[in-house]
Amino acid sequence: MVENRPWLTVFSHAVLILGMLAVAFPLYVTFVASTHRLEDIMQVPMPLVPGDQFLANYSQVLAAGGTTGSKAPVSTMLFNSTVMALGIAIGKIAISIIASFAIVYFRFPLRMFFFWMIFITLMLPVEVRIIPTFKVVSDLGMLNSYVGLTLPLIASATATFLFRQFFLTIPDELAEAARIDGAGPMRFFRDVVLPLSRTSIAALFVIQFIYGWNQYLWPLLITSEESMYTAVIGISRMLVGGDAANEWNLIMATAMLAMLPPAVVVVLMQKWFVKGLVETEK
Amino acid sequence: MEKRVAFRSAWLPYALLAPQIAITIIFFFWPAVQAVWFAFQLQDAFGLQTEFVGLQNFAALFADEHYLASFQTTAVFSVLVAFFGIAISLLLATMADRVVRGALVYKTLLIWPYAVAAAVAGVLWAFMFAPSIGIVTYVLKRMGVDWNWIINGDQAMLLVVMASVWKQISYNFLFFLAGLQSIPRSLVEAAAIDGAGPVRRFWTVVFPLLSPTTFFLLVVNIVYAFFDTFGVIDATTQGGPAQATQILVYKVYYDGVKAADLGGSSAQSVILMLIVIALTVIQFRFVERRVQY
Repeated sequence: MVENRPWLTVFSHAVLILGMLAVAFPLYVTFVASTHRLEDIMQVPMPLVPGDQFLANYSQVLAAGGTTGSKAPVSTMLFNSTVMALGIAIGKIAISIIASFAIVYFRFPLRMFFFWMIFITLMLPVEVRIIPTFKVVSDLGMLNSYVGLTLPLIASATATFLFRQFFLTIPDELAEAARIDGAGPMRFFRDVVLPLSRTSIAALFVIQFIYGWNQYLWPLLITSEESMYTAVIGISRMLVGGDAANEWNLIMATAMLAMLPPAVVVVLMQKWFVKGLVETEK
Repeated sequence: MEKRVAFRSAWLPYALLAPQIAITIIFFFWPAVQAVWFAFQLQDAFGLQTEFVGLQNFAALFADEHYLASFQTTAVFSVLVAFFGIAISLLLATMADRVVRGALVYKTLLIWPYAVAAAVAGVLWAFMFAPSIGIVTYVLKRMGVDWNWIINGDQAMLLVVMASVWKQISYNFLFFLAGLQSIPRSLVEAAAIDGAGPVRRFWTVVFPLLSPTTFFLLVVNIVYAFFDTFGVIDATTQGGPAQATQILVYKVYYDGVKAADLGGSSAQSVILMLIVIALTVIQFRFVERRVQY
């Protein structure tokens, strides 16, 4: 605090509270809509206090999905989303940490070539190579499978960079000491590098879990069977027609369920989340 | 920067790199090469025959007024998303940097939208603004505004911009807050002693010092608007009405998947790749400069 200006402090709080409410309003409306009967929501204006259909709506979508559009149970979708998010987060961390270990701690021919090869993938998001990637996955017979959902998305330049940056800050003395004590590279990796990387791994895990959970275009392309839908895809499949034909109460219950796991991860692991966000962008 | 100490092994580094490189080649390079290859080909309606047509797909694209309109739509969309996303979060971050009491609560309650999928954000906003039943539509009607984004292109654009900005605010907010907290207090205090009020201090001291963060966020937000908003658009307007919200990425998807125009869609992919490469280069040149800053 540079100086004491009570009115400015009041103004700051007012702006923040207003911002917070504006940010939270869509969530509140969603929650309210998910606790009413469809007829109640269809009334204009819809009620703005929660109704008594919470259990009915949520158990309906978890067990059997919507009643008119997609009938896939949301519990299956949540499971699929979890598998996809965990698969992408763990897969990315695993392959990037060993790749950057190789790039930082070894001298070998073509080292920089491989480094640049990984680097360039930063420039090729899925969105710009939709159809050929789809063809490759379809030729490999990976449509409608967990492997198809996760594998194409686990190569990540950002994770490799983050680990490389971090490894470069590990003091050389540790590697020297390990070599003097006769430890091989993998022993050094397991006993020194891995324990030191714990915070980076946690930070990356939060970011990649959210990234995996929220994937949209990729699962939209490669899942055609209801049993393989992720939660985010499930919601868009429940939007069957004009705004009066949708079962908004069930769609909103599904939306709440689809938002909950990543939001919980962000709020509970806030420290790692902020660290991961700020560091992966360096 | 290099390590002084290195391990030696003829095969181990390759084995460690193998999974990453294999996935990169199979799912990144091979498709990208194919996209470039398809871009120079014309396929018949049944996908049975292809012929090499050189730059014809590109020529057709730039003669297509829908494609040129899509460029314009993307430009308008990304400028709006970047501007409002940055302005709102800068205001919130400046305020959050000032307050002492409740700072953590504000922060927590402002960052959670980052966890919401773009498509879900689109559904939430589409519901609030639904032409017949939306709660905000009702309020707008009371105020005399006739709101129907299903037939009004400008309102559809406004809807996808609002949903996209809402989702991105938390990200910008965190970076601005980190940037603000790294500004030396002594500079701000010196300006205060010289008699500069809070507004003057913000524009002459704080804002210039934040410019690296702002520029970085500008690039990130443009990339976000170009690519990551696909879900928002697909879950709400689907590019409509009358292509009013058909941004470039959505057109690649629409032409390639829905209209099955392989050559045209691939040519668009190639153009998009060039745009991403340009944006990435700008971002990295800037990051290098920031290190010396």
